[in-house]
Amino acid sequence: MPYLCSFNRCLTDLSRKCAAAFQSNFCPAANPLPVQKADVLPEAPPAAPGPPDEEWTEVIQPHTRLLDLGLRDVWRYRDLVLLFVRRDFVSTYKQTILGPIWFFIQPLLTTITYMVVFGGIANLSTDGLPQLPFYLAGVTIWNYFAQTLTTVSTVFTTNAAIFGKVYFPRLTMPLSIVLSNLVRFGIQFALFLLVWGYYLLGQHSLHPNLYILLTPILLGLMGLLGLGLGMIFSAMTTKYRDLAMLLTFGVQLLMYATPVIYPLSRLPLKYKSFIMANPLSAIVETFRYAFLGSGTFSWFTLAYSTAFTLVMLLVGTVIFNKVEKSFTDTV
Amino acid sequence: MSNVAIKVENLSKLYRLGEIGTGTLSHDLNRAWARLRGKEDPFAKVGETNDRTRKGDSNFVWSLKDINFEVKRGEVLGIIGRNGAGKSTLLKILSKVTAPTTGRVKVQGRIASLLEVGTGFHPELTGRENIFLNGAILGMSKAEVRSKFDEIVDFSGVERYIDTPVKRYSSGMYVRLAFAVAAFLEPEILIIDEVLAVGDAEFQKKCLGRMKDVSVNDGRTVLFVSHNMDAVRSLCSSAIMMQQGMVHAAGSVRDTIATYYEGVKVQTLAKFAINEKKPSIVSVAINSEKLNQSILDINIEYTSPFELRPPIAGIVLYNALDIPVFGSNGRYHPYSSNMVSGLEGVLNVVIEGVELHTGLYKLSVWLGDSASDYDAKIEAITFNYLSPNSYSTKPDPLLIGSIDKVATWKFYGK
Repeated sequence: MPYLCSFNRCLTDLSRKCAAAFQSNFCPAANPLPVQKADVLPEAPPAAPGPPDEEWTEVIQPHTRLLDLGLRDVWRYRDLVLLFVRRDFVSTYKQTILGPIWFFIQPLLTTITYMVVFGGIANLSTDGLPQLPFYLAGVTIWNYFAQTLTTVSTVFTTNAAIFGKVYFPRLTMPLSIVLSNLVRFGIQFALFLLVWGYYLLGQHSLHPNLYILLTPILLGLMGLLGLGLGMIFSAMTTKYRDLAMLLTFGVQLLMYATPVIYPLSRLPLKYKSFIMANPLSAIVETFRYAFLGSGTFSWFTLAYSTAFTLVMLLVGTVIFNKVEKSFTDTV
Repeated sequence: MSNVAIKVENLSKLYRLGEIGTGTLSHDLNRAWARLRGKEDPFAKVGETNDRTRKGDSNFVWSLKDINFEVKRGEVLGIIGRNGAGKSTLLKILSKVTAPTTGRVKVQGRIASLLEVGTGFHPELTGRENIFLNGAILGMSKAEVRSKFDEIVDFSGVERYIDTPVKRYSSGMYVRLAFAVAAFLEPEILIIDEVLAVGDAEFQKKCLGRMKDVSVNDGRTVLFVSHNMDAVRSLCSSAIMMQQGMVHAAGSVRDTIATYYEGVKVQTLAKFAINEKKPSIVSVAINSEKLNQSILDINIEYTSPFELRPPIAGIVLYNALDIPVFGSNGRYHPYSSNMVSGLEGVLNVVIEGVELHTGLYKLSVWLGDSASDYDAKIEAITFNYLSPNSYSTKPDPLLIGSIDKVATWKFYGK
């Protein structure tokens, strides 16, 4: 008799609550009557003025200073960043049979596709390098950037539910994305190293050089550039969702404007300056030059990429911090 | 050291109504243009007070308007008010989820807010992993969570499932675990939004107890928003009532709650929209003349697409604190008339000799048949009852209960 049951339950539930309330309210010993308490509000009695401004731990106000990035707050929440990374990693591959092996499969299949389409059919040059390490190098480092950018750019929309309910420094979220993608990159990089090592031992024309030591810097640049641009996009997509659409194929197009599937050296001169204006070009080229020994390297273009990255990072952080304060109203 | 924990100064929040995303670009350009010329935001001026029942002229509404109040250290402040009064907006600003439009809030101490339990729980992660994640989201460090881990698990009572992904949890277990994490937060200031409306009765009691612990024993400042006057009364040391984005009343819990009930609309007849696919309650009416003679006479009109064999209605009467006073249905107290079945009709219930104190009461109504539950109207009608008994000092039903029993006292000297 469901009807009767629900009716009954409703009664018992509430009366139990009632009993508890009655006990706590009626028995003065256990809980002094509310009448006797509290004489605050609405105006502060002059006897108890608040401390002067500098004594407050925090002041919530409409705007903060432009360069108040709240990095100290982020540092306090560093555990959270790591937990987010862990969450991303664990949750992506739970209930998949192959688990983290998927990290390998994706770049490998992409590379093979490129080998067939661009290397085999279109017959694009690889600067005299074997196709597999050539494309894999490009894909590996490019993926790090592309993944970071696209994930960071939707950080507000995908996390609206959490952001709308609880405060923690919002920057922790994009930072955790950069780190999760770094882990993912690490695995893919291991794959690349395997292939690279195979070709190196196999007496193929690979000439790795000391610029390999720049790899951490290249990674940092890729990650931070993805972060900076991603934050700018994420801030703007809270209001104009159109940008999210633009971004997904924008990233695809950008890959063709970056020497990922072709070497910079074989580019006609009239395109070259255009491609070099893309700050990503120098990073990808340097990465490939360091490991494979063929390509273009110049300190100048790398410095340009670095400067561009830092500017984007600063702009992104400022915009991100500005938007995070009120984005819940517009998302 | 001063004893003020939170000081709210001229706090206002402007919201834009209607569809966000249409025309925002033009508004933004307009704003930017105004700012360039050094003028005020052209859209900020058109805001009006927040009254959701009236259609406003502008697309902007002040969800909060010039709020001022202070919360002392160790105070447990209840915030009450009807839906849309601005309570949640206030909490959102205090918990830094959104920024105010003007004004500011000064805070002394670390704030943690619980606008929801289980924020950030990931279904694929185990209970253990989620405790750490959720704890970190709420502002605890890993070490802090680790030191309280056993207590949290113990409080939640889901120890057996702690290494199972939470997506396999029942919703009750999920909520228990989520609340347990929150319950062991140790901020100086805690902001809570009606999270008590979760779990079974036993767990609710546990939560209330824990909250009392936090406020009384640990001396922490708590802001508590609720519709449950009962909870507000048992937990809070003072209260403010919000109305249309402003602080309408403030002071002792009792006075504030009394003010809250003054504003309740009395309604002795309620009509409802009919759902044609299932049996529905059409109207609920209370006979006010008979009510004056202490007779509760209620007519429940219903209609149904199929025959109800037999139609059964139930009522529960609640007092102003939402505590049920009594109830009845056709099963407890069978029909005196010959009931067969019917597609539509009126079910009448009469309760004579209503012994209630003067005050506000609400009536919830259910409709069903012998097998199922079809329709329910919670707080269908609200009425004032005037007790025929007269007292030299007016008893407060909020304090001594709703039932008006005449008692005889005698004195035996020694």
